[in-house]
Amino acid sequence: MESNYLKEDKTLVLKITEELDHHMVEKIRRKADYEIERHIPRKVIFDFNQVSFMDSAGIGLILGRYKNITMLGGKLELKNVNEQVTKILKMSGVTKLIEINKEACA
Amino acid sequence: MLTKYDNEMKLEFLSKSCNEAFARIAVAAFASQLDPTIEEIADIKTAVSEAVTNCIIHGYENTQGIIKVHGMIKNNDIIIEISDSGVGIEDINMAKEPLYTSKPNLERSGMGFTIMQSFMDELNIESVVNLGTKVTMKKSIKQNLKDTNDQNNICITA
Repeated sequence: MESNYLKEDKTLVLKITEELDHHMVEKIRRKADYEIERHIPRKVIFDFNQVSFMDSAGIGLILGRYKNITMLGGKLELKNVNEQVTKILKMSGVTKLIEINKEACA
Repeated sequence: MLTKYDNEMKLEFLSKSCNEAFARIAVAAFASQLDPTIEEIADIKTAVSEAVTNCIIHGYENTQGIIKVHGMIKNNDIIIEISDSGVGIEDINMAKEPLYTSKPNLERSGMGFTIMQSFMDELNIESVVNLGTKVTMKKSIKQNLKDTNDQNNICITA
């Protein structure tokens, strides 16, 4: 995962470069939480452009970060989400809680 | 080997989380002979990943054990059996409930069986406490439109 903090927008962009399964989420979770606690961003964007696979472990990761970020007064957004990932997000109701940036999908 | 299936394969591997990707990619490669769509392959990979993760986290509770994957193909159907010799499930109906997880502290979503159920056509769970769990999933791979048209044409001319 690559992280990029945009100071003027108080926005943290976390670009996930791994397949999101139980094996990978532990590492991503630790790094994401570290970056979130370090910057206390107003907005966190998970960029899914390079995520070719996600299972329910990814849902746990997203919902866990959503809770932490919301508690710190920030907002979570997902962008560049592919069809396979969208299917799982919809099924688990994540799309009702978290905004998926459609514009960036094109 | 005598078999009632058109094709069969078996895999055995240790319950290490790095084998989750290995298992889903191996099963996807086995399924590819049915010429599935990208979406069908993604469905199979996700369901296998959920089942194997369950064996590691719940079946063996992160201790070392053997996970077995048995793949079978018959006509347009792929059948996948994934089993462990772990702790077993006391209440299968509760485990299948969407959002239920026996390990909420691990940030698990409780969506594993729900995903397997909706991404595959059939799901069957057999479990004996202290002996293990076997998940059997089946998916029919739809033959693409072009093939069906060809077959129709043959029927008409015949």
